[in-house]
Amino acid sequence: MKDRAIQVVKFSHYYGQQPSLKNLNLDIYRKEILSIIGPARSGKSTFLTCLNRLVDLVPASRVEGKIFIDGQDIYQPEVEVAALRRQLGMVFATPVPLPMSIYDNLVFGPKLQGQTNRQELDHLVEDCLEKAGLWAEVKDRLKTSALKLSGGQQQRLCLARVLALKPEYILLDEPTSGLDPISTMKIEDTLRLLKDEYTIILVTNNTKQAARVAERTAFFLMGELVEVNDTEIVFTRPADKRTESYIEGKFG
Amino acid sequence: MKEKFRLQPRAEQKIVQVFLYFLTSVAVLVLFFILAVILKNGLPQLSLEFLTKNPAHMGREGGIFSTVVATIYLTFIALLVATPLGVGTAIYLTEYTFEGTVTRIIRFGAECLAGIPSIIFGLFGFILFVNKLKFGWSILSGGLTLAFMVLPTIIRTSEEAIKSVPAAYRLVSYSLGSTRWQTVTKVVLPSAAPGIVTGVILSIGRSIGETAAVIFTAGSALHLPSSIFSSARTMSVHFYILAREGISMPKAYGTAAVLVIAILLINIITYYLMGKYIGRSSRS
Repeated sequence: MKDRAIQVVKFSHYYGQQPSLKNLNLDIYRKEILSIIGPARSGKSTFLTCLNRLVDLVPASRVEGKIFIDGQDIYQPEVEVAALRRQLGMVFATPVPLPMSIYDNLVFGPKLQGQTNRQELDHLVEDCLEKAGLWAEVKDRLKTSALKLSGGQQQRLCLARVLALKPEYILLDEPTSGLDPISTMKIEDTLRLLKDEYTIILVTNNTKQAARVAERTAFFLMGELVEVNDTEIVFTRPADKRTESYIEGKFG
Repeated sequence: MKEKFRLQPRAEQKIVQVFLYFLTSVAVLVLFFILAVILKNGLPQLSLEFLTKNPAHMGREGGIFSTVVATIYLTFIALLVATPLGVGTAIYLTEYTFEGTVTRIIRFGAECLAGIPSIIFGLFGFILFVNKLKFGWSILSGGLTLAFMVLPTIIRTSEEAIKSVPAAYRLVSYSLGSTRWQTVTKVVLPSAAPGIVTGVILSIGRSIGETAAVIFTAGSALHLPSSIFSSARTMSVHFYILAREGISMPKAYGTAAVLVIAILLINIITYYLMGKYIGRSSRS
């Protein structure tokens, strides 16, 4: 029943000489929510950018080992990076609407692929906003600037924008770190609804959030994967002492 | 006998203030004096006829229509060539290469180019375009020379504008599956456009006012230019010749007034755009 969607094999990443991810081995299953917890600078966000190769944009960055996504080694030269990134949509810690209308933000990705049918795009916009729980709030002002939305709305817009790519995977990099509790709750509700359709990897520095939404949780520390297991087990009977102290709030 | 003279802090403050105020007034007054002289002597010359009639009798009679046309023509060609070159260079420097020795050399080269006196550009244009490439004294030679003269300005302002586009926009664009070129054309350039336009407008102002680089390359023919291979006389060259040869001081002042008003208008537009641009980038 457990279908391995992503396999990370002996994977390391370096910024110059500095290792930021050390020899990771991790399987991610299809249509699960995997949360990654760990203190700041433990390599969680870097790991996400390695999965969609946004890390390519960082100067002096280097990887070793392999990541297979749907059986394809994504660091092979024949991999089309733009297509890979559409497949693994990413939501960042700070909501970044592009300086254009709400509508144009949502159709940005589809239009890059040459999708121009107005009706289809309208449909897609409504569908994605609906899924992200934002439709009711913005349906009358789709043509107004996305910069005018509140922070929580902007983040849900970013999530909807990712959904418009029709990705297989959703990568979320501390998506609620800058949001108020109500906006956070809305995002978490959305994620729970989305997991039937998508494989979700959620980086969070809020351990309670991991406990609330994730089926499995991985604990990263200083670029190493300390342990990964069902969320319940990680939170109640962690195998490693360090996991326990982190969850109990002794450091990080 | 010397006595230590000490002012009250308040008085000292006052004196400094008055002194600085005086310095500022001098600077501003000089500016106003120049404007006043030109407008006082030039404005009475201005009429619809002055703007729409060609010069006659070496410029002693008639208007300045052909020189206005030549100026617009030349500036247009200069910007047509310099804008893609400059913006392209800026895009390459900021988006297509990492900071390194090469970018520093290119940037240093552009800075040096900016410091070269315009008459040297005129000489260069004369040798290359007029003689070597056999374009003769023509609008084409003059326009190309001006293009190289304003190129550094366009590179620099475009680069600054592109750099001020938040890095997060690029990251988001890439994460949504765009290629580098799509990121540049759909996200970076639209956000940088007001800054780039500002640089282009400043360059228009410089092109319009340029004399030395043009007199060697576009020549000084007074007839209405018929093609880019016609020799032509711009407003600034016309003014120079009218004044230098003592042909007609009133007509010279009239030409100067038109030039000054044109450049003033361009600067006002630029400030307006810059204000809008700064306002926009601080809001988002």
